Amino acid sequence: MLMNHIIPFFLAAAGDAGLSPGMPVRASTFATGVDWVWDLILGISLLFFVLIIGLMILFIFQYRAREGHESAPTPSHNTRLEVIWTVIPTIIVGIIFFFGFRGYMDMAVVPRGAYSINVLAQRWSWQFQYPNGHVDNELHVPVDRPVKLVMTSDDVIHGFYVPAFRVKRDIVPGRYNTTWFEATEPGEYDIFCAEYCGTGHSDMLSKVIVHKKGDFEKWLSEAADLLGTMTPAEAGEWLYNARGCKQCHTIDGAARIGPTFKGDFGTERALKDGSKVTVDENYIRRSILDPQSQIAAGFEPVMPTYKGRVTDEEITMIIEFLKSLNPESGDQ
Amino acid sequence: MSESAGDGGTTAVADNYLTHGKGILSWLTTLDHKRIGILYLICILSAFLLGGIFALLMRTELLTPGRTFVDADTYNQMFTLHGAVMIFLFIIPGIPAAIGNFVVPLMLGAKDVAFPRLNLFSWYLWLLGAAFLVVSIITGAVDTGWTFYTPYSMVTSASVITVVLGAFILGFSSIFTGLNFLVTIHRLRPPGMTWFRMPLFLRGIYGTAVMQVLATPVLGITLLLLVMERTIGIGIFDPNLGGDPVLFQHFFWFYSHPAVYIMILPAMGVMSELFSTFSRKHIFGYRFIAYSSVAIAILSFLVWGHHMFTSGQSALTSMVFSALTFSVAIPSAIKVFNWLATMYKGSIRLLTPMLYALAFLFTFGIGGLTGLFLGALAVDIHLHDTYFVVAHFHYTMFGGAVIAFLGALHYWWPKMTGRMYSEKSGRFAFFFVFVGFNLTFFTQFVAGSKGMPRRYYHYVEEFAIYNQLSSLGSYLMAIGFFLIAGYLIRSLIKGPKAPANPWGSNSLEWHTTSPPPWYNFKETPEAGDPYDYSDLRWDDEEGGYVSISGRGNG
Repeated sequence: MLMNHIIPFFLAAAGDAGLSPGMPVRASTFATGVDWVWDLILGISLLFFVLIIGLMILFIFQYRAREGHESAPTPSHNTRLEVIWTVIPTIIVGIIFFFGFRGYMDMAVVPRGAYSINVLAQRWSWQFQYPNGHVDNELHVPVDRPVKLVMTSDDVIHGFYVPAFRVKRDIVPGRYNTTWFEATEPGEYDIFCAEYCGTGHSDMLSKVIVHKKGDFEKWLSEAADLLGTMTPAEAGEWLYNARGCKQCHTIDGAARIGPTFKGDFGTERALKDGSKVTVDENYIRRSILDPQSQIAAGFEPVMPTYKGRVTDEEITMIIEFLKSLNPESGDQ
Repeated sequence: MSESAGDGGTTAVADNYLTHGKGILSWLTTLDHKRIGILYLICILSAFLLGGIFALLMRTELLTPGRTFVDADTYNQMFTLHGAVMIFLFIIPGIPAAIGNFVVPLMLGAKDVAFPRLNLFSWYLWLLGAAFLVVSIITGAVDTGWTFYTPYSMVTSASVITVVLGAFILGFSSIFTGLNFLVTIHRLRPPGMTWFRMPLFLRGIYGTAVMQVLATPVLGITLLLLVMERTIGIGIFDPNLGGDPVLFQHFFWFYSHPAVYIMILPAMGVMSELFSTFSRKHIFGYRFIAYSSVAIAILSFLVWGHHMFTSGQSALTSMVFSALTFSVAIPSAIKVFNWLATMYKGSIRLLTPMLYALAFLFTFGIGGLTGLFLGALAVDIHLHDTYFVVAHFHYTMFGGAVIAFLGALHYWWPKMTGRMYSEKSGRFAFFFVFVGFNLTFFTQFVAGSKGMPRRYYHYVEEFAIYNQLSSLGSYLMAIGFFLIAGYLIRSLIKGPKAPANPWGSNSLEWHTTSPPPWYNFKETPEAGDPYDYSDLRWDDEEGGYVSISGRGNG
């Protein structure tokens, strides 16, 4: 336990070489500034903590009740002393406020010419839409270029959070919230949903992929044509992963928030209202465009509509993928 | 010293408040503030047990990154129940309603609070609100978190309305208690007790009462708006109806931020009593401590926007709220320095209540200092909604309010029950609570600053070690609490009889017997300086402190 866990814990808490204690890797232009304020506050806090607890321990030993020791009368107040320990903290928090505010203003003002990506958050997936129309569930960005995110939500409040970028912004339904960042290190970083949004909140994860110089444009043009290079069922599988289906529907037979897709196509399904329906092309199409109209028995009506967000061609691909998950349906 | 029953002297009388009137009905219809305090104490400790069990279940689920033993929905319901029960049923009424009800009139040398019937009524309201809250959370599967954020609380299938109604009723219980204390402290002070010769605990309770009366109605309004939107579809918070979900956050925190000071101000009052008594020193800088309570009560109303730095509110608004947030750090710092100065050249006795007071300096110190990180805008963006906030909150609320509550409970226990608990067991259990607490929550600071969001049922592998250490700490704490429960219950049965003044305190409640007679004092005592200990000396025969001059003994 000690060797395997406790020591690495303190090492990790103390920070790897070059990192601020307790902070994750730095991968955006904000990270250095935020970490600098963090270090400043940490230093001040440690100083005060050691001062307070040090005096406390000193007094406990020095003035502990014991034979022959009496409390000695001291003045019941000392205005000058008390003003000093009011004014000094006031100045210190003023300084902290200033640096915190300065860093925040950098985050609040989006630079001109930032590359704009639309973000749609929904329970419990992310959709990133690029200027050429490509929609992906992972955020691809170029390195060393400001990227602006224009974000909205389909249902409840979500939070876009990339610890490595020190960026967080709530995504509120009914309005657009924007944020921006400039990635400095190519690589993959976690995206978390930071605002509690229900059952799948902690599964509402994704990745930012920071491309090396020049790679981003190449990726984007290939991604736009991606579906054309695949069979319909493969394209359907890609859409299944990219458009948030997999957060609720498994393909291994286990029921999650929604029914599994495995062995589903062509079977008969009981609905919540007591009726029965065959899982065929039209059922799937209606489930995607108007999910509330036919809720499967035993599940909650939580699926958002995809009306206007998937094309007919894409629906056909998803249907082909579902068919491939039930070879017995005889439709293959 | 007179032996005659009921002279308010220091010798225990046969007919004390516990024995005056028998049977369960005499308790349920009592107007005696002391009995109502005990009723509250039993209730809030039950709530604490319930909330604590759910905390342990959560920590057990979080032992592994994936599923450990419950599913995501159950986990979400558990943290909702833990938060709602601990906040609304335990911490808010904890010190004011339970300890305050018992102590406030005694400290004033009064026979009761100003409105005894209202007092009993607010206890029944608490029961009603608690029943609504707990029953509907459990049967209605409420999973919104204790904050009820819209639009999630609008669209979830859970029975949010009854829970909210429970919180609404509890709010009224809190308002009535606050109102009662306000009038009591204004009208029932004994001769000699001016506003600046009042024990600081009363000042804490007074500041709390002002906030309860002013802030709680906003919670009531918010919750009613929520009910109206859910039942008849008036668009206030729901964007589909033309409302604004962030407006709910403003409303909610306009109450709930002052509410965290409702929880901490009485705790600070307790600290002033403990530091002075157990250092046998006059409290240092009475006026600065008193004014800092007033400052906290006022400033706490002006900082609610710091919960919304990432919500999309304007940068200017965020800037103003950040600046105001830092201003509230100053009065807390003043108090800490004044308590330290109180210990200087004192005669410090490390008895159980004092151990909790010293622990308070340690844990609340960390809680307060980590508030600086969250007040700084640029850093808060990274830390908001992560475990860093969870840890900060628990260091202030548990490390502040609950630790102070434990100190208060041990301090006034002999007065309440007439029995002494085992000092040795007290120190032993303290060790578990203190170490367990720090292990549980310090690790959460690191998990949070590394980026682990709060309210996560699953978490990525790299956070596993922090979560496991945290869970281990919570088990240590649980051991500590069961030990405390054990020796306190034992003291009721086998504990030695408590003297009138076991600690050598000089506020008025120690000038009557332990436990006090039902009428507290036969005649209104004259109040002196509550922090002057020169007239008290230890008496072996009495087993407690007695007055040298005989003053104040009836």
